[in-house]
Amino acid sequence: MNDLSGRISWADVGLALLLVAVAVLISRVRRTGLEGDIAVATFRSFAQLLAVGFVLDFVFGGSSALTPLVLLAMVATATLTSGARGKRVPGAYWIAATSVSAAAGGTLGVLLLLGIVPAAPRAAIPLGSMIISNAMTTASLVMGRLRDDLAAHRGEVEAHLSLGETATEASASWHRTAVRNGMLPIVDQTKVVGLVALPGAMTGMLLAGASPSSAIKLQMVVMYMLLGGNAFAALVAGQLTVGRLFTADHQLIRSLRRVAG
Amino acid sequence: MGDRFEYRNVRVDGDSAPIIEGFSARIPADGLTAMVGPSGAGKTTLLRLLNRLDDPDAGEVLLDGRDVRSYDVLELRRRVQYVGQVPVTFPGTVAVNVGPEVGPLLDRVGLPAPLADRDADRLSVGEAQRMCLARALARHPECLLLDEPTSALDTASKAGVEALVRTLADEGLTVVMVTHDPRQASELADRILPVGGP
Repeated sequence: MNDLSGRISWADVGLALLLVAVAVLISRVRRTGLEGDIAVATFRSFAQLLAVGFVLDFVFGGSSALTPLVLLAMVATATLTSGARGKRVPGAYWIAATSVSAAAGGTLGVLLLLGIVPAAPRAAIPLGSMIISNAMTTASLVMGRLRDDLAAHRGEVEAHLSLGETATEASASWHRTAVRNGMLPIVDQTKVVGLVALPGAMTGMLLAGASPSSAIKLQMVVMYMLLGGNAFAALVAGQLTVGRLFTADHQLIRSLRRVAG
Repeated sequence: MGDRFEYRNVRVDGDSAPIIEGFSARIPADGLTAMVGPSGAGKTTLLRLLNRLDDPDAGEVLLDGRDVRSYDVLELRRRVQYVGQVPVTFPGTVAVNVGPEVGPLLDRVGLPAPLADRDADRLSVGEAQRMCLARALARHPECLLLDEPTSALDTASKAGVEALVRTLADEGLTVVMVTHDPRQASELADRILPVGGP
């Protein structure tokens, strides 16, 4: 067998660090000032992966009841990241938490209910992590875009409101753009999948020794799952963000309207 | 006729200091009332309280003797139409912007009928401002709020829009107009409401 699973030793990992040394050297020669960041990134990835490996070994080795907890921790981290990114939207953390949970719950739920993937930690955790991290990016994109667009087009939004339209009607075109903008990356990735880069799940299976024909089937499920998950996240984030940028009386919130005169 | 609007001891907070504080005034139902004052005095803010694009932080604003917040806000905004300083056109033709009554409304605001089929974003600024007035009138309002309605216009279209606004007031609409131009206020308005300044 020339698969790599179980073949990589800690000595191999140490040798791979030579490539980090190359990166540091290049950074030094070109004076990019990134040496510190590279060191931090290397150390963080080492520590984070070590911890995750530990946890997953534990969960896979019989403590599968902990699976929801692991997924919950991932959702929490994604919420903190996306919420901080969208912090100019009131309630950004709440919006991020809801959209990421809806994406993860909805998509994983469908996969499990239809029996496409087994209800085992080995399936639920890696798939869940992919949905969660993608939904996190989508939620950030949708929140940021919608907030910035409504602020930039305040006059147009208020012209709609002034004619007696609801907040939903007045923000419809920017809402659509933001949701579209949140979904585009995964749509584009799905279009070029396999042509530009072999995606992660497939790469992993190939390295682990699986046949390409079974690797592509998993990759298809993953892509379709991410499409569905991101659509969920974009939909929920868009809807909730509109709700937070207007008052119940169909007014833009104060931070979006600075009026002189 | 009685008062259409009344401000009662209104305060609106800005980022650091109040934009408006302790403001009280009445606006009669008939004719054209001009709010005049230096820029930064809070004229626009006061106007926006009348159709609830904004709410006061203290005090109240009344429409026909009732707090504006006691009306359904969408119905309030239909009755009290607002036209801003810079005309906002929506995508599509003038007819799409104005609605089914486009013919008579274009006539009423002094735009030629064939303009109905033109893309709204290809109108001149003066034409666009008239179209915005037509679009507001399409909602059959009782009041018209105008925020510096001629400040983006050239001299020729300015005179035209001024005459139109005067006509609308004469036809029975309550018109409240914000302007920084004392000449415009004294020539057009039935009464002047000074805001801020000496």
